[in-house]
Amino acid sequence: MTQLALVIDLNVCVGCHACVTSCKEWNTSGSAGALADFNPYDADPTGTFFNRVQTFEVGTYPDTQTVHFPKSCLHCEEPPCVPVCPTGASYKRAEDGIVLVDYDKCIGCKTCAWACPYGVREQDEKRGVMTKCTLCVDRIHDAALPARDRQPACVLACPTSARLFGDIHDPASAVAVAIRDQAGYALMPEQGTRPANRYLPRRRTAIALHADDLVRAENPLRVDGAEPGPAFPHGATEDFAT
Amino acid sequence: MPSSPVHDPLAPPAPGAVTETRTTTCYMCACRCGIRVHLRDGEVRYIDGNPDHPLNKGVICAKGSAGIMKQYSPARITRPLLRKPGSERGAGEFVETTWDEAFALLEARLAKIRATDPKRFALFTGRDQMQALTGLFARQFGTPNYAAHGGFCSVNMAAGMIYTIGGSFWEFGGPDLGRAKLFLMLGTAEDHHSNPLKAEISKFKRHGGRFVAINPVRTGYAAIADEWVPIRPGTDGALLLALIHELIALGLYDREFLARYTNAGQLVNQDAASDEFGMMARNAGGDPINPLRPHNFLWWDRLTGRAVADHAEGADPALLGAFALPDGTPVAPAFALLAQRVKAHTPEWAEGITGIPAATIRRLAHELGVTARDQGIELPIAWTDWWGKKHDTVTGNPVAFHAMRGLAAHSNGFQAARALAILMSLLGTIDRPGGFRHRAPYPRAIPPNARPPRGPQAVQPDTPLDGAPLGWPESPDDLFVDAQGEPVRIDKGFSWEHPLSAHGLMHNAITNAWRGDPYPLDTLVLFMANMAWNSSMNTTAVRRMLADKRDDGEYRIPFLVVCDAFESETTAFADLVLPDTTYLERHDAMSLLDRPISEFEGPADSVRVPVVPPTGDCKPFQEVLIELASRLRLPAFVNADGSRKYRDYPDFVVRYETAPGSGIGFLAGWRGKDGERSLRGEPNPRQWEMYAQNNCVFQHHLPRSLQYMRNWNRDYLLWAQQMGLRRDFDPIVIHVYSEILQRFRLAAQGRRPGKQPPDRLRARVDTYFDPLPFWYEPLEGQATDRALYPLAAVTQRPMAMYHSWDSQNPWLRQIHAHNYLMVNPRTAQAAGIMDGAWLWVESRWGKVRGMCRYTEAVEPGTVWTWNGIGKASGAWRLAPDANESRKGFLLNHLISEELPGADGGAPMSNSDPITGQAAWYDVRVRIYPAAPGEPEESWPQFAPAAAVPGAAAKRPSWLAYFAGKGVRE
Repeated sequence: MTQLALVIDLNVCVGCHACVTSCKEWNTSGSAGALADFNPYDADPTGTFFNRVQTFEVGTYPDTQTVHFPKSCLHCEEPPCVPVCPTGASYKRAEDGIVLVDYDKCIGCKTCAWACPYGVREQDEKRGVMTKCTLCVDRIHDAALPARDRQPACVLACPTSARLFGDIHDPASAVAVAIRDQAGYALMPEQGTRPANRYLPRRRTAIALHADDLVRAENPLRVDGAEPGPAFPHGATEDFAT
Repeated sequence: MPSSPVHDPLAPPAPGAVTETRTTTCYMCACRCGIRVHLRDGEVRYIDGNPDHPLNKGVICAKGSAGIMKQYSPARITRPLLRKPGSERGAGEFVETTWDEAFALLEARLAKIRATDPKRFALFTGRDQMQALTGLFARQFGTPNYAAHGGFCSVNMAAGMIYTIGGSFWEFGGPDLGRAKLFLMLGTAEDHHSNPLKAEISKFKRHGGRFVAINPVRTGYAAIADEWVPIRPGTDGALLLALIHELIALGLYDREFLARYTNAGQLVNQDAASDEFGMMARNAGGDPINPLRPHNFLWWDRLTGRAVADHAEGADPALLGAFALPDGTPVAPAFALLAQRVKAHTPEWAEGITGIPAATIRRLAHELGVTARDQGIELPIAWTDWWGKKHDTVTGNPVAFHAMRGLAAHSNGFQAARALAILMSLLGTIDRPGGFRHRAPYPRAIPPNARPPRGPQAVQPDTPLDGAPLGWPESPDDLFVDAQGEPVRIDKGFSWEHPLSAHGLMHNAITNAWRGDPYPLDTLVLFMANMAWNSSMNTTAVRRMLADKRDDGEYRIPFLVVCDAFESETTAFADLVLPDTTYLERHDAMSLLDRPISEFEGPADSVRVPVVPPTGDCKPFQEVLIELASRLRLPAFVNADGSRKYRDYPDFVVRYETAPGSGIGFLAGWRGKDGERSLRGEPNPRQWEMYAQNNCVFQHHLPRSLQYMRNWNRDYLLWAQQMGLRRDFDPIVIHVYSEILQRFRLAAQGRRPGKQPPDRLRARVDTYFDPLPFWYEPLEGQATDRALYPLAAVTQRPMAMYHSWDSQNPWLRQIHAHNYLMVNPRTAQAAGIMDGAWLWVESRWGKVRGMCRYTEAVEPGTVWTWNGIGKASGAWRLAPDANESRKGFLLNHLISEELPGADGGAPMSNSDPITGQAAWYDVRVRIYPAAPGEPEESWPQFAPAAAVPGAAAKRPSWLAYFAGKGVRE
């Protein structure tokens, strides 16, 4: 069974918010739109976004990580938002695993938002319905678009290609390979929701230096009659490598 | 699981709608990505990156994706406006006028100025991408008082590198991350070339490259660095000197590269008694190659032990030591002087300045040096160097750098940028794979050939300037000063106060004009520059100056014209407002004559074409200039009989040539009668059409043998001259040692004939025009009591906002509705300030109130905030109580555009003493809690301006945009 999903690479996400507004602009005029904004030019603007980037810090200075964390519906394989829906508006598509809301059935009771442990459902106050990421279902299956464009808007926009899209159940897919090879993880697995979207963790590249890397017999200083120095003041450079 | 939705998510959301897709170029920032604009029933439905565009290859950023909300912003100005008779400037009260009246008014006013004293007209532009046209207009008008925003943006970075390696970062060059293995980023604003850089950093990391970010703050790109090295603001130069120290001490430099491609081996006169002291020794019998820029230098050939012509066959220059010429003149290789300079600049010395542990500095130096030395790249590309030596391969060292603000926006930034360029040269990484690579039209001569006017005689009634208003001084004689050595430009550019001010000093234009120093202006035109807010330092005072009157009741700046597409803080001060179009409504040319979008592989330029009709009566500023130039009969814009030459801007772009028959115009693609020629060729009447058919972009791929080592690549240099990218056919040897700076120093010492600085400036020029890089405490810090003002305050550019431009954008303002002062918790707690509390930030010059946010991602001696988020109440058509004005604040109130003169002398620009770069990252502050009972809102506050005529009747309380329905509220 196909399970479409996003795999988000935190190792390269710079927090630019391209995914946030490209999602908004596609979906507001798409089958999930219009996405309302209240107080667009007044105090405390607020609106419907299917995808948001949260930024948080980990650690204390100077060992601080700044993490940009894009978050949208995770299209759970056991979506808790579906069984709680009193009208059957919340559903998971059998053909591709996308979790959707049927606006013609939704009564805006917000029960699904209470059930979702990830806080990714977005009540559209204007229409009085619950909305959420559709994985751009109206793009990815649109045969009128060139194959390259049949991807979610956020994936196409992302300048760092931090968002991968595909069928995580297909072991040969790029998303499945990325999850396998790069320790892709699910959010809050203890909830038993089996989220389809995964995150790839930060990775750190270091250079291992050795004291004897530093001085070569063919040292340019010697060409000019000088000697390299001062020698390393403190032990081996492995001590410095991180 | 039941799945029988009533709502079919795959059904067309707007059945029967007429849809269309057009390509053009984004303008939501300076990056200039190719975009596809998808229209539905004439409304913008979706803007995405153009996958066929070489710059962004299909990606787009948050700003670009929110272009719809800019197009339909209620802050759009839709009518030409005149300040309401009897109303005060700054009150923002306007009446509608017509373009006919506006042009008649401008024509009469400007014609009179031009016939009497053209410099009384000043044109300053902000974030425009049309400096080839605005500069030409100013030159043809005959006023030197023209500049764009580079003086407060990043001229230090541009000038520091261009005066060293003949190229710079951003549009003009960048890190070759495709082949680099180690990447050091110092500071950096994200708007120039930002999407390509994001893409490259991502690929670089995925390929296992190591990324080190040196920055007081860990945001943006630095967030994904493998290592964050916090540094105190304004101390990058010290770090760079210490890295150079360590590389030289250990011999971790690319000697072959330095010897052949830089002036490291050139002999410098060391006779302290000579007026030639510090200048390159000249080889009287040598080949000057180019009489305008003689290249007859001397090496000390270490193989034969004698002075020889530089690049003499079989010679190898000594880089260290001291020697004597046959006439007894003591000389030393430039490199030896550099080694001497950095001898005391140990990592321990730098630790005390930068706050970076010496062991970290040492390790970074070792990583740089060992990676460069041991992981060399070899490409099977044969090429010939300028001196005729054939090389079978192109080689490189995989260490790359990037920098922009952070380094630049300090009064010591020019020397810091020079230190960076020298470090990159030491590692052998200039225009080589894996290092730094140029983008056309760079590399250019050191310095490039454009020179500013040389004196007051250059400004004559009804006469164009004999050259461009901006340029690159090569010697004191190129300065734009009068017989007393005093400035001729209103911003004092190219004077002894800021000799190498290649981008002008827009940040001082208003203050100087207000004071009448060096003279008053009559008419000031501002295009797309928010000078009454975030583009000025000392904002409150500048706003006062804009509205200030003389004793006779006349405004000190008599006539102020503002052209913008949106109601900004500045439009409220205009006497005449000209409504500009948005980027989706206009033609534009991102020209090789200005700042094109070239790639490493060759020149590229691009255009915008209108994809939607103009809103209301708005008109592109280009059309305004063409119209005015035609009416004023500026020679380049009229036929021999004085009749109008160009129908409009598109016609101008097609037919204008830099000189009659030069074949060089604003656009390089599809030239020649039928569009068959590139770069040079006669005008092609169908050029716009051909751009539009080709994704609005032209790209020329150089043969691989011309893609590297272009400073010295004979075939490239010949091609560049043939194509008009360069005037001369000569090599561009890197200036590890700057003889150009030494010329200014000798003049300051009275040891050089020609122009002399006024006595009050001799010591200043003597100090800062050091031919070798050095670090000094920024000027403001030198004169500030650190005990009173212990903290540095800087701004960062948010990736989802471009300057002040996007608070009108409901989608983007939901990301950044107001800013906080970001403070390390230890620093805040020491000051008694809670997370989220109101606080005061105070400098010697002013104070602001805002809210505090704790962050562990900042060096404890630094506080920072997002740039341009805080707004004046009511500006940009936001509600008077919008978060931007009630909670947001502007750091600019704390920063002075001037510093008091030494010994009570006249004030001088708060800028780099070499380039005039605004030193807005130099400010020193203290912080303290707001007192209980104080209003919980930001300070200062300004009275809101009323909506202008022609603006949307009301501000919608909600918005639900759905393209094609015409329904938004």
